[in-house]
Amino acid sequence: MLSAAVALAAAGAQRAVALTSNTNTSIFSPESTPSRSIYELSLFVLAVTGGIFVVVGGLIVYAAVRFRERPDDDGSEPPQIFGSNQIELSWTIIPVLIVVVLFLATARMIFAIQDAPKPAAALEMSAIGHQFWWEFRYPALHITTANELHIPVSTDADPRPTFMKLTSADVIHSFWVPRLAGKVDLVPNRINELWMDPHTPGLYVGQCAQFCGVEHAKMLLRVYVDTPEQFAAWVKQEQQPGAQSPASAAGRREFESQACMNCHAIAGTAAHGQFGPDLTHFASRKTLASGAADNTTENLERWIEDPDSIKPGSLMPSMHLTPDQVREITAYLNTLQ
Amino acid sequence: MAGGSIPVPGGLGSAADVAATEADGATWLEHLHSWVVTVDHKKLGVMYVLYALLFLVVGGIEALIIRIQLFFPDNHFVSAETFNRVFTMHGTTMIFFVAMPIVFGFGNYLMPLMLGVRDMAFPRLNAFSFWMSAFGGLLLYYSFIGGVGLQGAGSAPDVGWWAYAPLTSRAFSRGHSTDYWALALIVSGFGSIGAAINFIATAFCMRCKGMTLFRMPLFVWLYVVSSGLVLVAVSPLTAAQVMLTIDRYLGGHFFDTQAGGSAVVWAHFFWIFGHPEVYVLVLPAFAIINEVVPVFSRKAIFGYPAMVAASVGIGFVSLGVWAHHMFTIGMTSISNAFFVLSTMLVGIPTGIKIFNWIATMWGGKIRYRTPMLFAVGFLVQFLIAGLTGIILSVAPFNWQLHNSYFVIAHFHYVIVGAILFAIFSGIYYWFPKVTGRMLDERLGKWNFWLFVIGFHVCFDVMHIPGVLGMPRSIYTYEADRGWTGLNQIVSVGAIIQGIAIAILVYNMIHSALKGQEAGPDPWDAWTLEWATNSPPPPYNFAIEPVARSRRPLWDLKHPNDPDEPLEEG
Amino acid sequence: MTTPAHGHAADSDWRLPSRGRVGMFSLILAESAIFVIFVVAYVYNIGRSTFGPQPRQVLELPILNTIFLLSSSGTILMAERALVKRAMAAFIAWWALTIALGAIFLLGTAQEWHKLITKDGLTISTNLFGTTFYSLVGLHASHVIVGLVMLSAVLVFTLLGALKPEHTEKVEVLALYWHFVDWVWVVVFSVVYVIGR
Repeated sequence: MLSAAVALAAAGAQRAVALTSNTNTSIFSPESTPSRSIYELSLFVLAVTGGIFVVVGGLIVYAAVRFRERPDDDGSEPPQIFGSNQIELSWTIIPVLIVVVLFLATARMIFAIQDAPKPAAALEMSAIGHQFWWEFRYPALHITTANELHIPVSTDADPRPTFMKLTSADVIHSFWVPRLAGKVDLVPNRINELWMDPHTPGLYVGQCAQFCGVEHAKMLLRVYVDTPEQFAAWVKQEQQPGAQSPASAAGRREFESQACMNCHAIAGTAAHGQFGPDLTHFASRKTLASGAADNTTENLERWIEDPDSIKPGSLMPSMHLTPDQVREITAYLNTLQ
Repeated sequence: MAGGSIPVPGGLGSAADVAATEADGATWLEHLHSWVVTVDHKKLGVMYVLYALLFLVVGGIEALIIRIQLFFPDNHFVSAETFNRVFTMHGTTMIFFVAMPIVFGFGNYLMPLMLGVRDMAFPRLNAFSFWMSAFGGLLLYYSFIGGVGLQGAGSAPDVGWWAYAPLTSRAFSRGHSTDYWALALIVSGFGSIGAAINFIATAFCMRCKGMTLFRMPLFVWLYVVSSGLVLVAVSPLTAAQVMLTIDRYLGGHFFDTQAGGSAVVWAHFFWIFGHPEVYVLVLPAFAIINEVVPVFSRKAIFGYPAMVAASVGIGFVSLGVWAHHMFTIGMTSISNAFFVLSTMLVGIPTGIKIFNWIATMWGGKIRYRTPMLFAVGFLVQFLIAGLTGIILSVAPFNWQLHNSYFVIAHFHYVIVGAILFAIFSGIYYWFPKVTGRMLDERLGKWNFWLFVIGFHVCFDVMHIPGVLGMPRSIYTYEADRGWTGLNQIVSVGAIIQGIAIAILVYNMIHSALKGQEAGPDPWDAWTLEWATNSPPPPYNFAIEPVARSRRPLWDLKHPNDPDEPLEEG
Repeated sequence: MTTPAHGHAADSDWRLPSRGRVGMFSLILAESAIFVIFVVAYVYNIGRSTFGPQPRQVLELPILNTIFLLSSSGTILMAERALVKRAMAAFIAWWALTIALGAIFLLGTAQEWHKLITKDGLTISTNLFGTTFYSLVGLHASHVIVGLVMLSAVLVFTLLGALKPEHTEKVEVLALYWHFVDWVWVVVFSVVYVIGR
């Protein structure tokens, strides 16, 4: 009953946010094979545990009410019963059977998801966790980007699942986009794997699910599931070096003369830093600071001037730039489509 | 029939006059001194409980800070740093400095009384253990003052109570706050191990005549199993904390991932402690329920041997389930399946226990005094906590639910809904024995109903944001995720629970001073602690009693219907 | 006499296990758990050091040392037997020999560490091997030190004539601890010097 109540309430709450559905993170609205399989298993588990709750909870309530001391009680003690091997054996066997059933269903699903074969058409990429942002690399496509992941849609007609290797550059993080797959940790000095095959194009959000330091709450994730055409276009765009226009040359000079380039890389320039997100196509991203703010000129200026004002504790330092320098760098970054 | 004493003839009660002379004429300072230097298991037990209740209030305030911060998305009640410290301190405090000491306090006070003896096996070790635990708590809180250190980073630890490496390494956790955390747990860990040794030695070596192992109250049995788990589960934590300290102070590399060390190994070590720890706490909760349910149902416990077997079984199985906290860390499918199975197996002995408690109530005449109300609350909530535990043991489902608010709701169901409810039941049940005065029933019922309502408003609802994708340990959340309203309900529930605990504290102070006189046996109970005065004299029993059955006082009260004779007669 | 039950003939046979022994076995269980964790950490990290000296290059088999420590288990057993018979001179001799063997073992360890630190440049912070080696062997050595302190205290009490017959059991309980320390060395030795090399 409780499980059913949770499921119902969750479904209700989910409907409430369904209108703005691309911020929905309910595990009960799966859009990919692993998350859907988990969802179906979870309904079975909820039904079994709900059934146990109704029966055993009912027995507790019945015993608690039926055997209460009545006001007209004569004060004598009830008959003392010390146990019964038959009864106790029976309520040992039933839980054993339930455990067997639940275990078999669970084990089947563990192997189905965790040991799924990797089809030839799969997109292989890797995610690297950083305090407090995500680095995404597509080795075969020679793309490195950050925070906003683009993957292709996978349909029955054209299956194109994404197989992801996960690791971390510093502490443990966890990759969780509830509608696409269960979470997998990003552990330093270790490579984990995760796969997903989203069926519907669109935006799916999630966030880091393992406490990783002060700004853990602002280590947000955006996954764009693209149609094949969108994805091809995105790949083509990402493979270009950072756009350089004479109009933003002043900003570029600032960027390369300040400490910015120690941490950030912009392909095609002198900036090869590895500690911060790759900014080659920064302007094509919808958010900055790993989803902490929308990528607008105003926010970007504020971010460059004083990162702590948007994400206190972020590892990007304030460089104490003059307003002019901030404006020039912002203008430059805005050209990096 | 509070105040009415059962006719315990002769020697048992006659110690009253001796007891009365003890405290009279002592100055305030002498009084304090007598508590500080005491090796009396009762005084130590009381100090454990009071110290735990003090930290319960502190940890509770921390919980309220968390809930106020999460009342609105993008709230600025506290900073991110402060929030991280507060939830770390909340978890560490509640587990190590509330639950553990309160459980040890109950065992300390009651075990010798139930066994009909005059003290624990090692009274001085007992005092040592208490003071180690107490200093551990002070050391942890001293980090607020001393944690800043030379590097100027941090005051209280902010690494989560599970403190996953390498977040705890010098590189990611500057200053000394994490050192205080590790040292506090090492110190209190020694206290816990000492207390556990004492409980085991007391149960096996300190029993009154006739008290065979299978006549011991189930309470004692549960403490034996729980103490065994402390020995083999807290020690690994101590070892891991020593390794962490070596890493931090001596430049070791145990958990240094840059030098080949492993973050996963810390997780294993922590949960090899962390999971049995849940049973270290819940077995004493069972212990309390095993005493309260029979007495208020007016029936003997149903299936005593099965209850002992199930407890020992839970103890053993619980040692092999730790990695169900690590289904997302990247174990092989075979290991995942193994830990699913071992975890689900815990459900079987646990199920036996629940059924036996129902069977104990079945056919009884249940008296709904406050202890029994809390015990029934325990039964229902423990059932739900067990079922959400089964849900979480389903590894694929766990991949979604792990580290979400569903998990937070689940383990608060265990720790508050089951363990704390049992402890409150125990407080209402044994308060008359400890103070000689009854806790006020009317306040008790307010306490119970407010706590039940607050608990369910808070923790039932808390499952849902987890299902909707809200991870734990976040100091703020996005407004567009649909979590806001749910978090507000949860926070309201937390405040209601806070009020209920305030009532309990008031009730304890008020009743200790002005409560109704209890007499030796206010609940018409059957175990030996009720055969002596309330409060018991320093030597417990003027003449050591003799046990002829599991319920010595039942035999006394019902000479014509003695408790079930045992095989040896 | 009125107690909750009546006197019974069997009550005079009411015997309970010795709390000293039960307590010591519990302590040994807890200590074993601590050692298990350190051993697991050692075994897991074998061969994972990314730099610095490796076990094979710097560790030598401490055979002699092992023989000294393990034979101290035998000498303490002889001492216990002597004590039960109240043969105090023999007890003192065997007991002192036990202490001497333990002390020689410690000296051997000190020598080994001295060589590792000064000659091979291996300290606890050098690499994973150094960290796990010094903590595991050091954990054991610290137990030997604690044992030696307690054994020496007993020796002093005995020489002062303060060891009464009623203390026999306490001495036996202490001997249990010493046996534990000796036999843990077998585990440490196999892990560090046999498997780990």
